[in-house]
Amino acid sequence: MENTKIIVGLGSCGIAAGAKKVYDKFLSIQESGNLSFDLQKTSCIGMCYREPLVEVIDSNGSYMYGEIDENKASEIIEEHILKNTPIVDYVVKADTFKTDDNAFIDDQVKITLRNCGYIDPENIDEYEARDGYRAIKKIAGHQVSRLDVIQTIIDSGLRGRGGGGFPTGLKWKFANNNKAQEKYIICNADEGDPGAFMDRSVLEGDPHSVLEGMIIGAYAIEATGGVIYCRAEYPLAIVRLQIAIEQARKKGYLGNNILGIHGFNFDIYIKEGAGAFVCGEETALIASIEGERGMPRKRPPFPAASGLWKQPTNINNVETLANIPWIIINGAAEYAKYGTDRSKGTKVFALVGKIARSGLAEVPMGMSIRDVIFKIGGGIQNNKKFKAVQMGGPSGGCIPEHLLDTIVDYDSVNATGAIMGSGGMVVMDEDTCMINVAKFFLDFTEKESCGKCTFCRIGTKRMLEILTRITEGKGKEGDIEKLEELSYQIKDSSLCGLGQTAPNPVLTTIKYFRHEYEAHIHDKRCPAKVCTSLLTFEIIPDKCTGCTICAVKCPTDAIDGARKEVHFIREEDCIQCGTCFAKCRFDAIKVF
Amino acid sequence: MRITRINTNIGEIDQQKVDLSSIDSLIEKYKNKKGNMIPILQGVQEIYGYIPKDAFLKVSKETQLELSDMYGVATFYAQFRLKPAGKHVVKVCHGTACHVQNAKELTVALQDSLKVSDGETTDDGLFTLESVACLGCCSLAPVLMIGDETYGKLNGDKAIKIVRDIKRQESN
Ligand SMILES: Cc1cc2nc3c(=O)[nH]c(=O)nc-3n(C[C@H](O)[C@H](O)[C@H](O)COP(=O)(O)O)c2cc1C
Ligand code: SF4
Ligand code: SF4
Ligand code: SF4
Ligand code: FES
Ligand code: FES
Repeated sequence: MENTKIIVGLGSCGIAAGAKKVYDKFLSIQESGNLSFDLQKTSCIGMCYREPLVEVIDSNGSYMYGEIDENKASEIIEEHILKNTPIVDYVVKADTFKTDDNAFIDDQVKITLRNCGYIDPENIDEYEARDGYRAIKKIAGHQVSRLDVIQTIIDSGLRGRGGGGFPTGLKWKFANNNKAQEKYIICNADEGDPGAFMDRSVLEGDPHSVLEGMIIGAYAIEATGGVIYCRAEYPLAIVRLQIAIEQARKKGYLGNNILGIHGFNFDIYIKEGAGAFVCGEETALIASIEGERGMPRKRPPFPAASGLWKQPTNINNVETLANIPWIIINGAAEYAKYGTDRSKGTKVFALVGKIARSGLAEVPMGMSIRDVIFKIGGGIQNNKKFKAVQMGGPSGGCIPEHLLDTIVDYDSVNATGAIMGSGGMVVMDEDTCMINVAKFFLDFTEKESCGKCTFCRIGTKRMLEILTRITEGKGKEGDIEKLEELSYQIKDSSLCGLGQTAPNPVLTTIKYFRHEYEAHIHDKRCPAKVCTSLLTFEIIPDKCTGCTICAVKCPTDAIDGARKEVHFIREEDCIQCGTCFAKCRFDAIKVF
Repeated sequence: MRITRINTNIGEIDQQKVDLSSIDSLIEKYKNKKGNMIPILQGVQEIYGYIPKDAFLKVSKETQLELSDMYGVATFYAQFRLKPAGKHVVKVCHGTACHVQNAKELTVALQDSLKVSDGETTDDGLFTLESVACLGCCSLAPVLMIGDETYGKLNGDKAIKIVRDIKRQESN
């Protein structure tokens, strides 16, 4: 009989949740030598809300255990490995029976994430065992022409997953048309949208799929060099990419005359980003690789004509590239089977915020946002009410409840004023103040603006000032209109996508949550009770035990009262910092 | 705007003497490569934890890089530091997911416990407190990172405990 396998998920979030300790536990048991099982590593399967995850594969199939710590690891050894009785209570997913967590999995279609959580990302053999490098071998073996490869990608309908949604095959065609001695293909792994981690998961979980996508792209456009621009905040992704590149070189997938294709010489190196959101924009990214400040420049010339070192350059996102090998193997029609008329295939979303099942979900285009959040994501944490979902990060917008039946495809999401973006879905509940959210994004874009265009540089600052004063209760009549006016001016006069989309979070929140703006400005009230300057704090005498905590913590000594007696807040001295409310353990402080 | 990151009184801060020979091999490696400015600055920072003024001068003397260009790049990117950082840099995530899950509480608690404001270093040189924009572990929000270690599902008290534990280890 084959050995039972124990596979521990070691993506960065798994590790943050404690998976390394669990792995070490199994390792020490294995090394003690009395038991025989195979211990393996994989990356993240997307069920982040259940991390750390441990999969046990025995003769009956696979059992995925969730929220495993060292003690539970010992239990798994005791019960499952020694006595052959799986611990059903800890199982989140199994071959032989269903669990509540099947709701998270069953409607997903895994193309981009086909290998994430199934292979050891540091082992090229495991990638190859799951059709890895078969696509480039197919191209080499059948001598598929460059134009045929490009046509397949065009026919698949694949659109860029980095946010813009430009048809990938067409982009390749343009790059192919521009003949030059040197040409480059760049993988954009800058993943700047704060709150999204699809690319990180792919890079950590299946780096070879990205490399193979790049190799196929390089073949199609005749690129001579490849660069992966990866943000420095992803150390594990960088390590795994390095390992993968080494392995691919050894096996001859990178190098000269790759797989016997005469004259196909191609290699890839990694460039670490240095922390600037705007470097996700393609011309800024190129400037950054060249060692300059990452400032966007005017297009045309587009990178396809003049990019890195002034040579024709093609830039694709991580997720886009990871789809390529699958499409080559399975065919354009198979890919185009999923999705809507103008948005084909699947899309990976990072479900985060106040959602019950936080994680990565890959769904066919055309699924409703409601299904993604409520069916797959399990709705809102702690039985709260849904308020909005932010899609597209700082360039996107907030989609309110009445538009939840919008389907995920580029055009439908755009119609709401949000954008599909790279795939972040930040879910917000009734306790979220939408002005605070808009202010958060403006604060981000204001800081990240490269400073080249006046409207982006100063306009975002002015908008941020207005939003700040609204949240501080100093909003004025006409502020909403001023915000709108500035928004349109910034959109019209900005050079790159950062400025052109920066006002979106404000415009969508004004559009769908205008009443919240009005409550702040006219009634000096924050309906979600987030903007502390607009709140009044009061102690409920019946509940106060006189524990004195609040009085000790109050920064302005605004709270009076003797030990074990009811305390009082002197309103004139209270600066509404919220500390007392956060510290009182008896729910004795009322906010309104 | 990124330009506001420029620090005008660098001369006052950077009085430390560093061993400049540590960067010889780095300069040698990248000297004649195109696009070498960012890798060199990253390398310098790797060695000293920040980019000392004397290192700027040395690099510009021994490569073709202009001092002004280097300073422009070093102030553009969030990664680069122009003054020494603490031994442990505590990066509190203020990305969207962490913001929604009350990352502010972590920063406030740490400011209180370490007695520094955001961006500053403690007097004993052990900790620098920083805000960053997403560490990619959004599903565990709110998150912070120290070194290569990421901690998730935090609140103010847990964040303080992490820092205290490190401090205790350091004093042993
Ligand atoms: C401000 C800004 C930030 C961007 N950030 C990213 C990013 O982090 N990752 C990414 O893949 N694309 C990003 N893009 C889009 C890229 O410019 C480019 O369109 C994309 O990488 C192309 O790849 P695709 O066609 O495969 O989507 C950004 C664009 C702008 C304007
Ligand atoms: S729009 Fe903003 S980020 Fe883009 S180039 Fe102009 S100033 Fe820079
Ligand atoms: S913390 Fe709460 S219970 Fe304690 S004195 Fe203050 S209000 Fe009363
Ligand atoms: S809100 Fe802050 S200032 Fe006001 S009473 Fe409470 S602790 Fe004191
Ligand atoms: S648990 Fe790792 S990305 Fe989700
Ligand atoms: S938003 Fe904090 S880790 Fe992504």
